[in-house]
Amino acid sequence: MAIVYRRPKALNELEMHYCPGCNHGIVHRLVAEAIDELDIEGRTIGIAPVGCAVKAYDYFACDMVEAAHGRAPAIATGLKRTMPDSVVFTYQGDGDLAAIGMCETVHAAARGENITVIFINNAIYGMTGGQMAPTTLPNQITQTSPYGRDTKTTGFPIRVCEMLSTLEGVALAQRVAVDSVKNVRIAKKAIKRAFENQINGRGYSIIEILSACPTNWGLSPREALVWLRENMLKYYPLGIYKDKYPEGGESK
Amino acid sequence: MSKDLTLLLAGFGGQGLLFAGKVAAYAGLIDGREISWLPSYGPEMRGGTANCSVTISDSPIGSPLILNPNALIVMNLPSYDKYIGSAAPGATAIVDSSMIDRKTGRHDISVFYVPGTRLAEEGGMKGLANMILLGKLLKETGFTSFESMDKALVKCVSAKHADLLEQNRKAVKTGFEY
Amino acid sequence: MSEKVLMKGNEALAEAAIIAGCRFFFGYPITPQTEVAAYMSKMLPKVGGTFLQAESEISAINMIYGASSAGFRCMTSSSSPGISLKSEGISYLAGSDLPAVICNVQRGSPGLGGIQPSQADYWQATRSAGHGDFHIMVFAPSTVQEMVDLIIRAFDRSDKYRVPAMMFADGMLGQMMEPVVLPEGKDIKTYDKPWATNGHKNKRPHNVTNSLYLDPYLLEKTIRERFARYDIIKEKEQLAEDYMTEDADIVVVAYGASSRVCRSAIVAARAEGIKAGMVRPMTLWPFPERAVRKAAETAKAFLSVEMSMGQMVDDVKLAIDCRRPVYFYGRTGGVVPTPGEVLEQIKAINGGLK
Repeated sequence: MAIVYRRPKALNELEMHYCPGCNHGIVHRLVAEAIDELDIEGRTIGIAPVGCAVKAYDYFACDMVEAAHGRAPAIATGLKRTMPDSVVFTYQGDGDLAAIGMCETVHAAARGENITVIFINNAIYGMTGGQMAPTTLPNQITQTSPYGRDTKTTGFPIRVCEMLSTLEGVALAQRVAVDSVKNVRIAKKAIKRAFENQINGRGYSIIEILSACPTNWGLSPREALVWLRENMLKYYPLGIYKDKYPEGGESK
Repeated sequence: MSKDLTLLLAGFGGQGLLFAGKVAAYAGLIDGREISWLPSYGPEMRGGTANCSVTISDSPIGSPLILNPNALIVMNLPSYDKYIGSAAPGATAIVDSSMIDRKTGRHDISVFYVPGTRLAEEGGMKGLANMILLGKLLKETGFTSFESMDKALVKCVSAKHADLLEQNRKAVKTGFEY
Repeated sequence: MSEKVLMKGNEALAEAAIIAGCRFFFGYPITPQTEVAAYMSKMLPKVGGTFLQAESEISAINMIYGASSAGFRCMTSSSSPGISLKSEGISYLAGSDLPAVICNVQRGSPGLGGIQPSQADYWQATRSAGHGDFHIMVFAPSTVQEMVDLIIRAFDRSDKYRVPAMMFADGMLGQMMEPVVLPEGKDIKTYDKPWATNGHKNKRPHNVTNSLYLDPYLLEKTIRERFARYDIIKEKEQLAEDYMTEDADIVVVAYGASSRVCRSAIVAARAEGIKAGMVRPMTLWPFPERAVRKAAETAKAFLSVEMSMGQMVDDVKLAIDCRRPVYFYGRTGGVVPTPGEVLEQIKAINGGLK
């Protein structure tokens, strides 16, 4: 009998700690599948963030480095510059990437640092228990915006892909979601392309993945996906914001 | 065992005082002596006053910061006003008289007024007043030999600017013979 | 042996780092250490290395974290305010057992402070280079030659013990030129780094560079193990120079630039018949307790001279359990004490002894 579904080799056999309905598990799997399909695990180094995905260093089977909050792009730079033939990816949440680590993010992108960035945008701080993130939507209720995010006092959510797409060093900036089978397929392809870009020395690729956080949104997993579609997709339209090497423009 | 040289060079940034100090230091190195060279640094180097302390000694050098020099080269009025009083009794001071039209009342130091900047311009050695004054200091103190000074110049003038070497030599000689 | 050349402290430091096998430098501009970065940007590409100007001190130290986790010798350099920014990364390096060399060419502070030489970061370097229970090794050169010799040692010991090392200099040492002999580097030792996160090549289980331990007992265990290594370092790595201490009544303790001032003062004191000497720490962590304790056998009093309001003086008192009076003299804010000032202190203490 043919095996149609199995754990990717690039994921260790461990039970993940993520909440029911959390999308980290899906994204971990997509990253691992891309690593397997490109056969790069032996030369890949992943960088885990501070945030819910902090334990990603246990889950991925490639070598892993745990970063200080927001510093993953700088650490990735150190790794990649010492080992240009390695494959380096960061896995970061919205607080990590777009708040405390925005400086590192922008400059790694501006340098065209040849790395792959997996960016989980769930519009909230997960690990610390649901505080307002730089991506929290206007009027969204969080622990630190209990009356809803007031844009007059807290400003507006940051559209990371749009912003980074203005930088010359960015090879690929694409926003995807994993709320449906169709979108998961698109996300998978995008993540794989982000790795391929790196293998081909094309510079910085970021895949932003809109993700559900049922626990901190106070919704059931099913409701959370609905909320994501009805709210996040409007503010954060899916799509490719920059693609220096569109498909057909052939790799290698 | 020769006498220690504690040389302070002071003037405007761009007059080449740090370079002249380096040549003096290299001459000391060539003579096999202990040396230190300490510049002032930071914003004051950008067009303000610049100074540089050079110590040449036969024993390990303690503080490289010279407060009471026994040799002084000054190339502008603010530096003259600031440092002429600090020279140790018995010190030798070389004053660029084309920049400084003042004479000290001190009789416990030997002061030589050399119009370095004017001599440099007249002699086609623009920008080398520093080396003319250093040549004069060499003459008056004998802190090193003329040969060591020449070797130091070869060390300090980069190979890329070999044409400048002769100019520097000429400047030192001009000062030495003034 | 190579010939003696005249070099600026900062440049000699950078060149010696390259000799020591450092091929990666990440830094951010700040006075008075800029020559280190400038030298590296010029020289590293010539030896197959990489210089990268980071967007901040925080990024620079994290680039170091990445490069070191890959197993490479690497270095960053800054001055006091920049070291504060790096302190987060230094704590992570220590917590992940990563070697690295961090240079602090100190300037007067707190805050933006000034740009003149200072030694006011002693507590930061030896007590709290970042959050948490850890130490880094701290080397204190006092000559341009020691900038060379000690940074080579810093790279070696940092790799050997997997502990970050700091070169603790100041604006005076960084800016001054002195003759140096650069070693050829033939005897530079390299260390196996089986822990490096450099890609497992499908040949070993995955390595993880990490400082996170959610289980407090496990975290305590790793810290205790690290402290056992610190004990070995304290035992084996204390470095100090004794200068005229054999018969000294008054022993000055000073390091770096201020020790040079003290050397001049001691020569002057001896000329006046005062038996003064100096213990000059070359490592500040570990503090050379043994040398200070030994000096206490003959010394009647100690004088700690620092370019700060008095920081190392605590370590002098601790080293001798306050069995002798320990005096302090310092200038701060970027002011360098003069030999005359130190001589006055020595004379005053000597007067009190009689």
